[in-house]
Amino acid sequence: MTAYVEHLKPFLRKTPFHERIEALMHGNHWMRWTGHYSPAAFESVQSEYFTIRNGASVYDISPLIKYRIHGRQAADYVNHLITRDLSKVKPMQAFYTSWCQDDGMLVEEGTIFRFGENDFLLNSAKDQLHWLEQVAYGFEVKIEEASNDLCGLSLQGPQSRDVLRALGINGIDHLPRFGIMELELGGHWLRVDRAGFTGDLGYEIWVKPQDALWLWDRLFEVGRDHKIAPIGAQALEIARIEAGFILIDVDYSGALHALRPSNRMSPYELGIGWTVNLNKPGYFVGKRALKREKEQGLSRYVLTGIEIEGRKPAPGSFLYADQAGKHELGLTTSACWSPTMKKNIAYARVPASYAKKGNQMWIEIWYQKEHKIERSMVRCWAANRMFYDPPRKSA
Amino acid sequence: MTGAANHMDAIVIGAGHNGLVTAAYLAKAGLKVTVLEAAPQVGGAAVTREFVPGYKVSGVAHLLHGLHPGIARDLGLARHGLDLKAQRVATRSLLPGGRSFDVGPGSASTIAAISKADAEAYPAVMARLTRMADALAAYALHTPPRPDIGKMDWEGKLNLGRFAWGLRRLGKKDMLELTRILTMNVNDLANDYFESEAVKGLICFEGVLGLALGPRSPSTVFNLLYRLSGFGANGQGGFLIPKGGMGSVTAALAKAAQAAGAVIRTSAAVDHILVENDSAAGVVLSTGEEVRASCVVSNADPQRTALQLIGPRNLDTMFVSRIRHLRMNGCAAKIHLALDGLPEALISERSRIVVAPKPDDIERAYDCAKYGRVSDRPALELAIPSLSDPSLAPAGRHVASIVAQYCPYRLRATSVNEARRQIGERSLDVLEEVAPGLKKRVTAMEVLTPQDLETQFGMTGGQWHHGEITLDQVLFLRPVGQAQDYRMPVPGVYLCGAGAHPGGNVSGAPGYNAAREILKDVRTQKRVVGAA
Repeated sequence: MTAYVEHLKPFLRKTPFHERIEALMHGNHWMRWTGHYSPAAFESVQSEYFTIRNGASVYDISPLIKYRIHGRQAADYVNHLITRDLSKVKPMQAFYTSWCQDDGMLVEEGTIFRFGENDFLLNSAKDQLHWLEQVAYGFEVKIEEASNDLCGLSLQGPQSRDVLRALGINGIDHLPRFGIMELELGGHWLRVDRAGFTGDLGYEIWVKPQDALWLWDRLFEVGRDHKIAPIGAQALEIARIEAGFILIDVDYSGALHALRPSNRMSPYELGIGWTVNLNKPGYFVGKRALKREKEQGLSRYVLTGIEIEGRKPAPGSFLYADQAGKHELGLTTSACWSPTMKKNIAYARVPASYAKKGNQMWIEIWYQKEHKIERSMVRCWAANRMFYDPPRKSA
Repeated sequence: MTGAANHMDAIVIGAGHNGLVTAAYLAKAGLKVTVLEAAPQVGGAAVTREFVPGYKVSGVAHLLHGLHPGIARDLGLARHGLDLKAQRVATRSLLPGGRSFDVGPGSASTIAAISKADAEAYPAVMARLTRMADALAAYALHTPPRPDIGKMDWEGKLNLGRFAWGLRRLGKKDMLELTRILTMNVNDLANDYFESEAVKGLICFEGVLGLALGPRSPSTVFNLLYRLSGFGANGQGGFLIPKGGMGSVTAALAKAAQAAGAVIRTSAAVDHILVENDSAAGVVLSTGEEVRASCVVSNADPQRTALQLIGPRNLDTMFVSRIRHLRMNGCAAKIHLALDGLPEALISERSRIVVAPKPDDIERAYDCAKYGRVSDRPALELAIPSLSDPSLAPAGRHVASIVAQYCPYRLRATSVNEARRQIGERSLDVLEEVAPGLKKRVTAMEVLTPQDLETQFGMTGGQWHHGEITLDQVLFLRPVGQAQDYRMPVPGVYLCGAGAHPGGNVSGAPGYNAAREILKDVRTQKRVVGAA
């Protein structure tokens, strides 16, 4: 028996699906997600990616932080917290929204599920309880962390619906995008919503922790004919970039966690200004600042999509207005080669006037070639960040 | 047009001294102004109060020193019945064993009987401190600078430049001394300058009055300087006991405001500020009546203004949090005595009296308060206004007005009723030692704890400065950063009370500054005036 120093023992938590995920993993390709073991990749990132786009991919989303928001004035509260108009969201609908600080800087963006008039679940990537409690002053509302109450799998890909149909979920064909349904299946409680992080047809299935292995086993049993396979974060990352979704700590720093105030970004600067409804009734946090930003054109830049010449992925690359590299415009955040589009894509922070679709810029890419670091200055063009948007996503 | 009577250019919530000053200046500038006061009379915390039939006393504030002479002149307060001449009083510190000493301004110092060295040092030290206080107080009638100086207008930059020049003009020695002492505690300062416990005790008392802090707490020197600012060019040059009580000051202000055209409605409590399209639209009274105006000025404290009148739902979260976290802990009780005569020691005592014989006494009194108890032996400030103004009490009788420190707002195991009884009894016990025979002269007593000040005068936490005067709650941090220019985040809502720069005391300065900023907005058409 080796005597281990207590503080050196691994401390990451295992999600209720851990046992099954571990059994399928080649090597020990874990990464950390809110203190949990989360798969980065199983065997081949490429084949996992193509499962998302051609089959039915399974990704464990249990580590998401979840807050339950309920109480007599929960709807008023959520409407004060977020930038979208809550009155347009009916019970049993999910919606994507931003929420901001006083000065309109983005705290985080994410999905909120509305189950009833005053019953919500907010999913976030970062701990937010302190902020949510601060916003709650003056509202009759209860906010509880519910991260461990449920665990979930994200089932994404063109065959995901077939899998759920085979699982015996009647009515899955009628579940609209962002719809939520709750049902009993073989004596187990299930919640299914139609959302995801891949920009493809896809669902999220939530169960109680004790039903996790049952769900996993059933899914893989009925999914055998539908190219079901587990995926890790690396494959998901490619799908996410193709779909145009931003990711905290990659494309922006959450306002509560940014080290430098100037590093915080507004929804307009992140290209998700469509989540801000300045005309909704009542006030919401950051409204005055966002209105000023919009009316006076105070946005410093916008996070746009770009398509790049060549095949070299360009994360953290500088953009220029000229080939000589004299006039610097900004920097890329997320970047990858898109296997489906066969394009070299990235997100770039550039002044809004350069973000018009088709506008040509120059990008400086440094890359390694055997033992040498090489530099290439190539053309790139502003593009819609939602590079990949198949009709089946919302059909 | 119908409803025109209920449509004003500006509404001032609260007829305290600052609200009245703002109303007077706005009305003078031609605005149609209504002042809405919840109480049946004007004055707020600057009122003359009949606490027993026939006995009148200044309700909360009882000594006047900060009233800005420029404002008094501007508004013609003398013309409106305010008589401040020959009412200046000296300070007498009562010590155990029948000893005492006097300090000016207003009378010759008798410190020599206590300590020759201190007698020699005292005038020079006080002159020096007053000089520094004066240099700081030069900003009293200006809007505090923004932290981002580059974005200030030329007037703001000029004011800042003048302020810096004023500090520079103190000379190298005084400027260095000011930077040394500014954040210090008053006990250390007293030890630096004086040798006798008695003089140190008095200095310490002046440093902690109005704060929930003790003599050894930081920032108490700043409070001392703040209080001394009323002793120079920006105040009355000393303590005054106003004839007719503090109510006479606000009565004159009310007359000045009315003469300029402002309408004052008493017994008109405002329930909340009406916000439409994210801007001020008027107020709703507790009766449900709406009074409309695109400019609403609150004389209430910042917490009441933001959290109750505007409401958190119309505000941003970090702003609300900062307002919620303001230190608004009242720590002093106000005690009013009806006396059928005066004991020997007080028989002709027109001075302001302080009972704080040594720094440790005050520190121990504070120790109690720090842990949520009423001081075992409170430190006291006392005035007998009926000596100079017999109209305040029936013939041959007297009233005494006492500030007793500490009676904390946040009590741990004591009920409010118990605290009220304790601070009253313990204050009388302390007084009886320095003025034997006082107790049996007391025919009636009223005690106002911080809780009473909150419920009866609407001051959150019973904090009479609308927020403690400490370095982190003054200048551009008053009431909170980025709201230092009297404008609340909701366009059209302004703060004109003591919670705004420069702060508490009956000075009128916040009200004056607020009016100037409002009129700036009116002139630049940021606020549409007269739109019916």
